[in-house]
Amino acid sequence: MLKPADLDAIRAIIARAKRWDLFFSLLGILSLMVGVLTFTVLFVDMAIQGVPRLSFDFFTSFPSRRAENAGILSAWVGTILVMLVTALSAVPLGVAAGVYLEEYAPKNWMTDIIEINISNLAGIPSIVYGLLALGLFVYYFGFGQSILSAGLTLALLILPVIIVATREAIRAIPQSIHEGSYACGATTWQTVSDHILPYSSAGILTGVIIGMARAIGETAPIITIGALTFIAFLPTAPFAGDPPAGLFDWIFAPFTVMPIQMFNWTSRPEAAFTVNAAAAGFVLVFMTLAMNGLAIYVRYRLRKNIKW
Amino acid sequence: MIASASIPSQPMPIGSGISDRLSKKASRHVKERIIEGLLFSAAAFSVFVTIAIVYVLVKESWVFFQTVPLSDFLFDTQWTPLFDDAHYGIMVLLSGTLTSSGVALLVAIPLGTIIAIYLSEFAGFKVREIAKPFLELLGGVPTIVYGYFALTFLTPILQKIYPDLPGFNLLSAGLVMGIMIIPYVASLSEDAMRAVPMSLREGSYAMGATRLQTALWVVTPAATSGIASAYILGISRAVGETMILAVAAGMQPNLTFDPTEPGATITSYIVQVALGDLPHGSIGYQTIFAAGLTLLLMTLFFNLLGYWLRKRFREVY
Repeated sequence: MLKPADLDAIRAIIARAKRWDLFFSLLGILSLMVGVLTFTVLFVDMAIQGVPRLSFDFFTSFPSRRAENAGILSAWVGTILVMLVTALSAVPLGVAAGVYLEEYAPKNWMTDIIEINISNLAGIPSIVYGLLALGLFVYYFGFGQSILSAGLTLALLILPVIIVATREAIRAIPQSIHEGSYACGATTWQTVSDHILPYSSAGILTGVIIGMARAIGETAPIITIGALTFIAFLPTAPFAGDPPAGLFDWIFAPFTVMPIQMFNWTSRPEAAFTVNAAAAGFVLVFMTLAMNGLAIYVRYRLRKNIKW
Repeated sequence: MIASASIPSQPMPIGSGISDRLSKKASRHVKERIIEGLLFSAAAFSVFVTIAIVYVLVKESWVFFQTVPLSDFLFDTQWTPLFDDAHYGIMVLLSGTLTSSGVALLVAIPLGTIIAIYLSEFAGFKVREIAKPFLELLGGVPTIVYGYFALTFLTPILQKIYPDLPGFNLLSAGLVMGIMIIPYVASLSEDAMRAVPMSLREGSYAMGATRLQTALWVVTPAATSGIASAYILGISRAVGETMILAVAAGMQPNLTFDPTEPGATITSYIVQVALGDLPHGSIGYQTIFAAGLTLLLMTLFFNLLGYWLRKRFREVY
C-alpha cells in the first residue's frame, strides 16, 4: 500500500519528467528556428541590398570596372552553357551506372568496389575535383580553361548524386513489375527500357535537378581550374562571325559563371561592388531555390500519384 | 525491341520459322551483351575517376616532395611557398582547417542532433513535412552565398560584441559553416533514429518513460552508429569546405588555434593560388597538389572511419 507521501513523490517525479519533455520540445523548435531564421535573414538581407540593383541592364551588361555599369550577362550565359555540358555528360553516365548497379550487377568483389567507390566519391571535397580537372582536363587533355573543362568537372562532381538518385528510384519499383516483365519473355534491357526507366523517371529527374542545383552554386572547383573572372564577351554562337564558327566552338571558349562573378565582386573592398555581389547572390540563390523547390514538388507529386 | 520479342500471330510453316526465331534470339543475345557492357563501363567509370584523382595528386606531389623533404612539410611552422624564403609547413594550413572545422562542429553537432531527435521523436507529421524540405533548402544554398553572409552580415555583428575582431576571421566563417552543415547532420541522424524499430519505443513507453527519456536512453543508443557516421560526414564536409573560408577568413597563413584571428585553410590556400597566375609546373603550382593530397587523405580517413563505424556498431534487429 502506497503512502500519500510516496504518491506525492511519484507525482513530483512525473511532473519533473514532463517538464523536461516540454523543455526539450521547446529546445527542438528553437534549434529548428536557428536554421530557419539564418536562412530568412540571409535571404532578406541579400534581397534588401541587392534587389534595388536588379534591372534589365544588370542582366544585359558585361562586368565592368565601374560598379554601376557592371552586369551579369557573361555570367548567366556562361552558367547555362556550363550546365548544358554538365547535364549532357553526367545524366547519361549516372543513369547508366545506376541501372547497371540495380539491374545487372552480379554480387561479386567488382560490384562491391564500385559501390564503395561511389559512396567515397560523394565524400571527396569539391576542390579536389578542381585539382583533378586542373591536372587532367586543362593540361593533360589540353582543353584549357574552357566551358568544356568546367562542365566536365561539375559532371564528375554530381555523378554520385545522380547514381544514388537513380538507384533509389529504381529500388522503389516493386519486384513484381520485374517479374511480370520477365515472365512475358522480355530480356533485361527490354525490362529496363520499357518498364524500369519510365517508372523511375520522376525519381531520377528529382535527383538530376538536385545535382544540377548543386553544380550551379559550385565555385571552388571552377576557380581551381583557373577560370578567368573578368570576361566581357560571350562565346561565339555556332555559325556566327567571320569565318563562321563551328557548331561546337563555344565549348572551348573562356567563360565566367554566376558564383565566380559573385566571388569576384565580394572580394573587392568598394561598397558598390558589394551591392553587385548581393544582387548576383540573390539571383543565384533564387535559381538554386527554384530548382530545389521544383525537385521537392516533383517528389511530392510522385509520392501522391504512384501507388503500387 | 518490342517487335523482335513479339510472337508472330500467323502460324508459321515449320522449319523456316523456327530457325528465323532462333537467329533473332541470337542477335537479341548479342545486343543484350553489348548493352550490358556499355552500362558496366558507365559504372566502372566512377572507379577511373578515383584512380585519376589519386594519380594526378600523387604525380604532382611526387615532384613536390623531390624538392621539399617530407619532414619539412610536416614539421615546419611556416607556410610561405610563394616568398623567396620559402617554407612549406602544412601545419599552418592544418591549424586553420582544424580551428574553423572545430567552430563549425560546435554549432552543427549539438543543433543537428537536437533537431534530429526533435523531428524523429517529438514533431508531428505536419511539422516534419515542412521542416525537412526547409532543411534541404538550407543545405542547397551555394557556399559562396554563405561566405558573403559571413563577411558582410555576421562579422559586423560579431565585431559589435568583440570590438577587437578583425574583418576577416575564422570565427564567423566557422559559425556560418556550422549552420551550413546542420542539415547534413540532422537529416542523416534522423534517418538513423527512424530506422530504430517501433517496438523498442513502445517497450520504453510501456515502462512509463516520457518521450525525452525514450529518445535519450532508448532511441539514441540504438542509433549510435548512424548518428556517429552523420557526425563524421559533417566533419568531412567542414574540412573540405572552401568558399566560406576563402571569402570570410582572410587567406593569410597563420599558425593559430584562436578562432578570432584570420587564417588560411588547406582549401582556401588552393583557391588563393588558383586565383593568381602561377606557371604550370612551378613549385608553387605543385604545392596545391600536395595540399590537395593532404586534404584527400584526411577526408578518406574520415570516410573510412564512418564506414567502419556503421559496420562495426550497427545494431541488427
